[in-house]
Amino acid sequence: MKLLTGNDLATGDVIWWTGEGWSRHIGDAVDAGDEGEEILAREEAARRVNASYIIDATQTEDGPLPAHIKDRIRASGPTVRTDLAINTAIPIVKA
Amino acid sequence: MYQYDSYDQAMVDARVEEFRDQARRRLAGEMTEDQFKPLRLMNGLYLQLHAYMLRIAVPYGTLSPRQLRKLAHIARTYDKGYGHFTTRTNIQFNWIKLEDAADILAELATVEMHAIQTSGNCIRNISSDQYAGVAADEITDPRPWAELLRQWSSFHPEFTYLPRKFKICVIASPNDRAAMRTHDIGLELVERDGRVGARVYAGGGLGRTPMVSPLIRDFVEEEELVSYLEACLRVYNRYGRRDNKFKARIKILVHELGVEEYRRQVEEEFLHMRTLGIQPPTEELDRIRAFFAPPVYETGLSEEVDRSDPDFALWLDRNVVAHKQPGYAIANISLKPVGGIPGDATADQIDLVADLGERYSLDQVRVTHAQNLVLPFVRKADLYALWQELDAAGLGTANIDMASDIIACPGLDYCSLANARSIPVAQKIAQRFASKEAEIGELKIKISGCINACGHHHAGHIGILGVDRKGTENYQLSLGGSGAEDCSVGTITGPGFTEDGVVDAIERATNLYLTQREEGERFLDTYRRIGMAPFKEAIYG
Amino acid sequence: MGDLLNFRDGETIAETPVSIEEFLGASNATAVRIEPGEDARLLLPHLDRIALVEVTFPAFTDGRGYSSARILRESGYTGELRASGDVLVDQLFRMRRSGFDSFAPDKPLDPAVVETTLSRFTEVYQKSVDGRRPIWAKRHEVN
Repeated sequence: MKLLTGNDLATGDVIWWTGEGWSRHIGDAVDAGDEGEEILAREEAARRVNASYIIDATQTEDGPLPAHIKDRIRASGPTVRTDLAINTAIPIVKA
Repeated sequence: MYQYDSYDQAMVDARVEEFRDQARRRLAGEMTEDQFKPLRLMNGLYLQLHAYMLRIAVPYGTLSPRQLRKLAHIARTYDKGYGHFTTRTNIQFNWIKLEDAADILAELATVEMHAIQTSGNCIRNISSDQYAGVAADEITDPRPWAELLRQWSSFHPEFTYLPRKFKICVIASPNDRAAMRTHDIGLELVERDGRVGARVYAGGGLGRTPMVSPLIRDFVEEEELVSYLEACLRVYNRYGRRDNKFKARIKILVHELGVEEYRRQVEEEFLHMRTLGIQPPTEELDRIRAFFAPPVYETGLSEEVDRSDPDFALWLDRNVVAHKQPGYAIANISLKPVGGIPGDATADQIDLVADLGERYSLDQVRVTHAQNLVLPFVRKADLYALWQELDAAGLGTANIDMASDIIACPGLDYCSLANARSIPVAQKIAQRFASKEAEIGELKIKISGCINACGHHHAGHIGILGVDRKGTENYQLSLGGSGAEDCSVGTITGPGFTEDGVVDAIERATNLYLTQREEGERFLDTYRRIGMAPFKEAIYG
Repeated sequence: MGDLLNFRDGETIAETPVSIEEFLGASNATAVRIEPGEDARLLLPHLDRIALVEVTFPAFTDGRGYSSARILRESGYTGELRASGDVLVDQLFRMRRSGFDSFAPDKPLDPAVVETTLSRFTEVYQKSVDGRRPIWAKRHEVN
């Protein structure tokens, strides 16, 4: 699946495209299919997202799982500060 | 330390308002991200993995208690209660909001601090020796020069859009405690015929193509230094490569032109610069120097230190360094507790250091490029009481320059440029070696999470570089680097390792060292004597 | 192309600048253009017959034009010195300090923002070609 992600312009928070808007929780993210570029162009222009890009992910029981470790860390928080975690259900390292 | 006059204050205040307006225009859509990014970088604001990160300048690594308290306040009010000290002696906060950034800068300006040019393709924070003013081996305190150059380089009309970042370091001792030879320009202050001037090195740098800076000029008079540096920068601004981000530092220009040709072009430009009257008068350096006059030391102090507490004795041996003034000592505060995050300090710890700086160190604290702190003016008689307070706050780790005193960049846990995490590796190494580090002795391990080398891995006795190997974190090992006056770039051992694998590999390397070392040899010395082959054999079998 | 911003006394030069190569050939041109990689010093023997030098900024992040400008002013050039291309309001102050006195930005600049930007810093740390007294001169009453 293709997820759209970026940062909130004013706060810098990591955000994920939900189909209708942007959420700070990857569990709300939807598959953007082929429409990613178009959606991001519109959302960037409206400043509802900043530094956005498209990532590969797979659907799991616990929600979408980004393919790349960097995005897994973005979705969950610094692995060395689990007290600051946004989401502790995401496995970081590939099994 | 230096105190702003109304001119300096006006500059930082204007800069705050400039950034406030720029941020407003970005948020309102009057500027694109491409237009805004270089501007926010020049105010230290990065967009990182989880949030904006703000890098605040600590000019020549010197802080007052008042400034530290402000940093603790910022950590609590605008961030998540902690900060990170960097290999350029700056401090970073990882959880900043763009909408708060101008207010943060305004607060910093009230204590003579800023984030000016801590990123971007411009002249960055000028670093110096953490023992400046108190080391017996310095010929003069280098920090007045660093302050003069800070002002010269701030908002420079010609050098604000360089090919790439530009890092300057000033030291005044033949012992290089600041990794001077790894800088774009490094100055070593020396005395010739009773006059102080600078040996100028140019073209050092870590990153994709690490280089030790060659000597460009043996002696530049104090009265000509600004003119000479202006010439160095102009040649770089005009001829540094702009076609490839990884070939854009001055080290590439010096290497491609050759030292002789770069020197010749600088001399030619220097002859021109000398005629322009751009050099501040000697009165200006004298004015600045007055702020760095030695404190009024107490005399007749005891040189005795009671070593009967073994934990204190260990800290004394590892973290305390001789002071040039009788009765005093230089105390290093390790920010590398075993299993902790290298270089991080909580708001409470920062407040405590401010307090300790006031009570034990004549209101002064330093930051080192190894991500530790220093109290430079401690009476020997106070060392035990100081250590007890540090120890109670988790700041008493006795490990300076030992295996667990690891330099580590934030890595993939925080940094959007990283390929691999660095902090977990540092934690595992520290845990593995904590019980053996006494036997090993001096061992500088440095870890970078990507080729940008913010963790200085090329200059580590043992260096680790995190890479992305088909989507998995992998770690390359190098041996034999040094950031000191014997500056050298480490050599890669061979194929990379997993996170656990690299810890094991390091243990095999240190075990070999222990069997091979001769009297008085550090790990680095044994490596330099016996070469890579025996280590490679031990590591890979 | 945005409006021309003029800080000179008098009109800007209307002549279309020619390349350095063309200028140095047999040319009657009095307006010449410097691209980022070109050497401004090639013009130094001819300053007395130049009325306009246009320094191009294809990308605002390419700062070579600032060196070109200062080199010309340092050598006594008094004609119009124009920055053209990707010139944004945030670069104007340093461009003025580097000797530019007219601007031809690709996109028009908001005059109110220009005004605020140029008057924001009342002091300067460096001596440059714009005649402003740097802070160190004021501190020690040097001219």
